[in-house]
Amino acid sequence: MKAIDRKLVRDAIHMWGQLLAICAVIACGVATFVMSLSALEALRTTQATYYDQYRFADAFVGLKRAPNSLEPRLAEIPGVAHVQTRVVRDVTLDLPDLDEPAAGRLISIPENGEISLNALHLRSGRYIELGRDDEVLASEGFADAHHLHPGDKVTAIINGRRKDLRIVGTALSPEYVYTIRWGALVPDDKRFGVFWMGRRALAAAFNMEGAFNDVTVDLAPGADEQEVVERLDDLVRPYGGLGAHGRRDQISNRFLSDEIRQLQRMGTIIPSIFLSVAAFLLNVVLSRIIALQRDQIAALKAFGYSNLAVGMHYLKLVLVVAFVGVILGSCVGYWLGLRITEMYTRFYKFPMLYFAIPPKVALMALGASSLAAIAGTINVIRRAVNLPQAEAMRPEPPAAYRPTLLERIGLAEWFTQPSRMVLRHIERRPLKAFLSAFGMALAVAILMLGRFTADSLDYLLDAQFMLSQRQDMSVNFLEPTSMSGFHDLQHVVGAMYVEPRRMVPVRLRNGHLQRRTMIQGVIDNPQLNHLVDENLDAIPLPKEGIVLNSKLAELLEVKTGDTVSVEVLEGSRAVREVPVTGLATEFLGTFCYMNFQAINRLLGEGDSLTEAYLKVDDNRLDELYRRLKEAPRVASVTIKKTSIRSFRETVMENMLQMQFFNVMFACVIAFGVVYNTARIALSERGRELASLRVLGLTRGEISFILLGELAVLTLVALPLGIGMGWLLVRVVCMFLDTEMYRIPFVVAPATYGFSASVVIVAAILSGLVVRRRLDHLDLIAVLKTRE
Amino acid sequence: MTTPPTVPANESSAAIAASGADRDRRAVYQARGITKIYHMGEVDVHALRGVDLDLYEGEFVVLLGPSGSGKSTLLNILGGLDVPTEGTVNYRGRDLMKDDDALLTGYRRDHVGFVFQFYNLIPSLTARENVALVTEIARDPMKPEAALQLVNMDHRLDHFPAQLSGGEQQRVAIARAISKRPDVLLCDEPTGALDINTGIVVLEAIERVNRELGTTTAVITHNAAIAEMADRVISVADGRISSVRRTAHKLPPQELRW
Repeated sequence: MKAIDRKLVRDAIHMWGQLLAICAVIACGVATFVMSLSALEALRTTQATYYDQYRFADAFVGLKRAPNSLEPRLAEIPGVAHVQTRVVRDVTLDLPDLDEPAAGRLISIPENGEISLNALHLRSGRYIELGRDDEVLASEGFADAHHLHPGDKVTAIINGRRKDLRIVGTALSPEYVYTIRWGALVPDDKRFGVFWMGRRALAAAFNMEGAFNDVTVDLAPGADEQEVVERLDDLVRPYGGLGAHGRRDQISNRFLSDEIRQLQRMGTIIPSIFLSVAAFLLNVVLSRIIALQRDQIAALKAFGYSNLAVGMHYLKLVLVVAFVGVILGSCVGYWLGLRITEMYTRFYKFPMLYFAIPPKVALMALGASSLAAIAGTINVIRRAVNLPQAEAMRPEPPAAYRPTLLERIGLAEWFTQPSRMVLRHIERRPLKAFLSAFGMALAVAILMLGRFTADSLDYLLDAQFMLSQRQDMSVNFLEPTSMSGFHDLQHVVGAMYVEPRRMVPVRLRNGHLQRRTMIQGVIDNPQLNHLVDENLDAIPLPKEGIVLNSKLAELLEVKTGDTVSVEVLEGSRAVREVPVTGLATEFLGTFCYMNFQAINRLLGEGDSLTEAYLKVDDNRLDELYRRLKEAPRVASVTIKKTSIRSFRETVMENMLQMQFFNVMFACVIAFGVVYNTARIALSERGRELASLRVLGLTRGEISFILLGELAVLTLVALPLGIGMGWLLVRVVCMFLDTEMYRIPFVVAPATYGFSASVVIVAAILSGLVVRRRLDHLDLIAVLKTRE
Repeated sequence: MTTPPTVPANESSAAIAASGADRDRRAVYQARGITKIYHMGEVDVHALRGVDLDLYEGEFVVLLGPSGSGKSTLLNILGGLDVPTEGTVNYRGRDLMKDDDALLTGYRRDHVGFVFQFYNLIPSLTARENVALVTEIARDPMKPEAALQLVNMDHRLDHFPAQLSGGEQQRVAIARAISKRPDVLLCDEPTGALDINTGIVVLEAIERVNRELGTTTAVITHNAAIAEMADRVISVADGRISSVRRTAHKLPPQELRW
């Protein structure tokens, strides 16, 4: 090994604490990067492979009823490769382990097992047998939630009659990776199950012999999806078509794709912030190291080492630190990525999982870290090698101090001599002091960034489920029901208050922009469903026009006063221009609202409802559930508490897991930054402080000078960091905004407190380390050597 | 604006016209009209005010002067660490003023050995490694061990600077400077930080290098006693050369007293 490299190694060993702290910061950035991107890549690959191998359809349309003779015409649409017609019906399930009714979806499959699109992956049991009209395959999530196994039975209410369905196997489908009902906010395996049943048996049960009510197609390579969707729509419209759509509006796919998009953003923005902090830290530490080695640099140059050689010498140090950080971070990131991905598979149901760190990700991590490290230090190195040798050879001139502003304005007598030293030192090099404080402020900021998601989600739950939706439960009907259904409900035991609602699937258009969604028809002066503005203050729902939630308005690029084209995706398929009369704030989904009477007028029907919100008497729930199970028109019941729990267990748990890792990393970074700040202060002032000890100052007194400085910097850093954290959180909220859900910009006081506390604790611990070193200052050496 | 300082003719010629014997020897350095002005904020500091100087092959020269007289600046300019504001420096027919930074680096690497008052050893490298730092980039170096033997430091090869006394550190620094077999050895107050006994050991090492290797040696000092071991003594004061004296009887370092 060359002598100059040996110097590098020894220097590194000498500063191991500081360098390790920087390594840790880089490792944290790399770990979040690798974690997010490997999870992202796993989800993407798994999604793509699953869709491909199990022939996930490209376009979908539901309809009322069409004869099988229509199928060949559908197949003739240019661009369509395969057509698969099915019978799909939603039924009510009566489950012994559930008080309330649950919803089931029956989907027909060919008895011969040759499913052309949306093929099933059998997880247990066997495929259905020809000629058995009660055999079904159950979605695995539902079966697991109810501990159902092949051989068990579930009771479905089919056309008012109870029918036992025998589960012969469990299965997964690319259509139900995220098993959620249309219009629901969160998946609920306990209350929604998918069952695949022989076509003949299913058709017989619903009088659909020789007919179908659902079409899925896949496209030939190069086909134009939009065009196929339109042709499909035209062909099925006379048969009560409900609006064709591509994969984008397929609900499971939309959630999965949204998740992937969010993960991608998360995997970019958080590591970028962490790596920037690492770059900053490297810059600060290296510039101080170089300042302390200026005579060594001068000597090297005097011996004939070129600027490039000296520059490379320090750059090597930087790159070694970056490299170790990347290796460390990649290992941790791999492990965390695997855990995150496994967690995803708990609510995204895949038959297989492809997890690996793509070489691309590892290389990008190495590239990004090295770049950050170089960017953070190149200036310092350039300045060092350009220092004129003759000047560098001389010790730095004594620092020019002067009374601080506080002293100049006449407060001098308030300060003791050591306090003056602290303040003058900070004021002499304000930029340096600012950079140190800035580093600690960054630590506060990323701690806030790491922790705020829980605050946001709490706020979101509160806004969605306490302020907006005040019902205890909602009852869904199988089909639009006349008001008599509402009156019946009002008289059911246990229902204290009932509010009818009309949900209508629609396509909203503004020019070329369009979205499939649900209009929710809400009565005048609703008690259980409040619309709110961005401050969560209630806003009225006008009698006319439509109120969009602000995300939907943003997607359609409309504002209050504009009109949107509403295409009803059921019944008459009416198309109307409707004025936008208001915008509401919602954090989940992309919904819109109309007055109950107005929506029924638009539909051209008498008043009808599809859903009712209920306030219930908790003491009479059993009775209520029993009645609801018996009610023929009731499809399912959604209990708010359960939805909240389900949201917490899925979306939230996942985000919180991520958050946990980020907070952990932020803590590491905070310690890294603060520890380095303290060590730098020590190395810069060790000599001065030792001299003071020689003059007779006690350990406590010199500690006060150094630690006082650290304390002042920390005090400056806290408010600065809170401001920066506020900004960072704001930016991240914007980045994480998806159709599925928005992250409200909320930082709870506890988060401010936590972030500040971590930095304060880090400062105290670093102070203790420095204090220990101060206690062992070599006084003799100080007297012997020069500055 | 500062006007170029005028140089009294007698002082200038004193430096050049040393003696008849010097004219017969080959000049290693020929410096003419060296002026160096440092701009320190609003003040201009005249470190050198038009110095003419020749150094001859193999000779041992002491540059004597009080601190602030400009002798260090002169040495730095000769060594290619600094450039004069005005004037020319000629090294064996090569005009150093025309060299850019890279050429000056090469010049230092190949021809010049430096010894500093505060040793400037790399604290993280052992004695042997400090020397190797230079031998690794030199064209025709001696072995680090040989260089250290020359200064009687071969018994402490693997000690770090912190484990060496000041005199020992300076001897390592001398070994480091001469290990590349430089053409000139420039020493800036090599004994400035040392007591007399240690200083003498260090001077012996320098003298031995000059004698055995024939390396042209220039030593800066404010200590007049040291001048007694030189072939020539050039006194510097206030940025000018005030006198040049050829020593009648060179004393061996052991006989110096201060």
